Amino acid sequence: MGKRVLLIEDEPNIIEAISFILSRDGWDVATHSNGHTAVDAIREREPDVIILDVMLPGRSGYEILGDIRADGNTSVLPVLMLTARGQAKDREMAEAAGASMFMTKPFSNADVLNAVNELVA
Amino acid sequence: MPESSLIGSRIRERRSLVGQRQAELAKAVGISPSYLNLIEHNKRKIGGKLLIDIAQELEVDVALLSQGAEANLAASLRHASDDWPDIDAEVERIDEFAGRFPGWAQLVTKSHDQVLKLERVVETLSDRMAYDPLLSKSMHEVLSAVTAIHSTSSILSENKEIGPEWQARFLRNINEDSARLAESAQSLVQFLDAGNDNPAAISTPQQEIEQFLGGQGYHFPELETLRGDPEALVEGNEALQTTAARKQALQILEQYSEDAAKVPLESIRSAIQIHGIEPSKLTNIFQASAGTVLRRIAVMPEDVLKADIGLVVCDAPGNLQFHRKLQGFGSRRFMATRAQWPLFEALSRPMQPIRRTVEVPDYEFQKFECFAVAEPINTVSFDDVPIYAAYMLIVPSSYYQQDD
Repeated sequence: MGKRVLLIEDEPNIIEAISFILSRDGWDVATHSNGHTAVDAIREREPDVIILDVMLPGRSGYEILGDIRADGNTSVLPVLMLTARGQAKDREMAEAAGASMFMTKPFSNADVLNAVNELVA
Repeated sequence: MPESSLIGSRIRERRSLVGQRQAELAKAVGISPSYLNLIEHNKRKIGGKLLIDIAQELEVDVALLSQGAEANLAASLRHASDDWPDIDAEVERIDEFAGRFPGWAQLVTKSHDQVLKLERVVETLSDRMAYDPLLSKSMHEVLSAVTAIHSTSSILSENKEIGPEWQARFLRNINEDSARLAESAQSLVQFLDAGNDNPAAISTPQQEIEQFLGGQGYHFPELETLRGDPEALVEGNEALQTTAARKQALQILEQYSEDAAKVPLESIRSAIQIHGIEPSKLTNIFQASAGTVLRRIAVMPEDVLKADIGLVVCDAPGNLQFHRKLQGFGSRRFMATRAQWPLFEALSRPMQPIRRTVEVPDYEFQKFECFAVAEPINTVSFDDVPIYAAYMLIVPSSYYQQDD
């Protein structure tokens, strides 16, 4: 059984592509698209690493990350933040919220693979 | 026409150069906008303290306004050299330069003025790029579609052996996303095209809000009574052109009304007179939330505050809005200190008030006390997740030093 990754993202075709490449690489991939229930999904799936989009329906990725860091069970869980805006402000907010790594869209498949592998290494 | 009778024109010229509105300048020097308008059209004489005040406000030598650019080339040159301290211009020989090469000297000052003007446009545009919600939404759509296409197409090209089913599925996805990309790219182009005529002059809903609040001096006496009617204030206001701006202005004013009911004007006026601008003390006195107190302070008239203060509001996705502008606030130098602001940290630690001193390099006041807190803007219940907004009150640190 491979390591578990939870992809929290709302673009169906990005979900499909990333799930495909991560599965090929031996990852056990679960996905979730709703900001409101993302934290519940994390508790339920107990992933080894999370890929979290900043712009989600219902709640922003920063708020979800805040909850992840505040929860003793998930406070040190590696989180890769995805954002469609590479402004310094976004990076600052991601860092302040406690992101382990930050990636700007569009990214290459290899970048995502390297990032998650590095985060669980 | 004697030189001195053109002072008004020079004030007008200088004011538009630094990008200040007539109403802003009038307010800063304590005269009415219509009187300033008469001055600017050379229909009223001006001199003495008012001229000095205006010159100070416009950051220009009084002589430059009273004697004109030609007569005072030297002052303009000095201005230009002040802005480029690392160039080491021969300041002590300015008169000689201006006297021997008046044409070249004019060229230098003209170029410098032009640079200032362009800087101003660039600043406006980059602010717009960074904070316009519509623009960031279109950009987000374009980037999402590009990301999906990029990722999917590289799977197809790098994995020749994938089955026909996957292949068909990914091809369909690419087709879908490229249609979406075409659409969002088009709306982005439309958005950018709209600003072709004068990029600095178009306003976004956010700028409309800022203009609306600023035009009222941030204080609405009508809402300080229980019978205040936010809708009446929004309706027919010239500053609010877009539906988005009117809707948001209404929300802000409704919040104002609620806050005013919790912390009445007379009580907070005397509390500030006794304790000064001390958010912690005021929170205790009124048993109100820190956010309510910060917002209340920010709508107090200047004679109550005795200080020039600012309020920035940040919503959960990180869009900034100035609900009260302090002089120089929002300038590039100020915005460059964003990383130090407690605003974003407040957003990641809701309900926790944070105070921090922010230093602005090369700024007149140098240091600012920033008070920030994030609070839910919706009614929190068992069924709803709170949506937070963060508020940051900015007070020049010098205000607190005077008190000691």
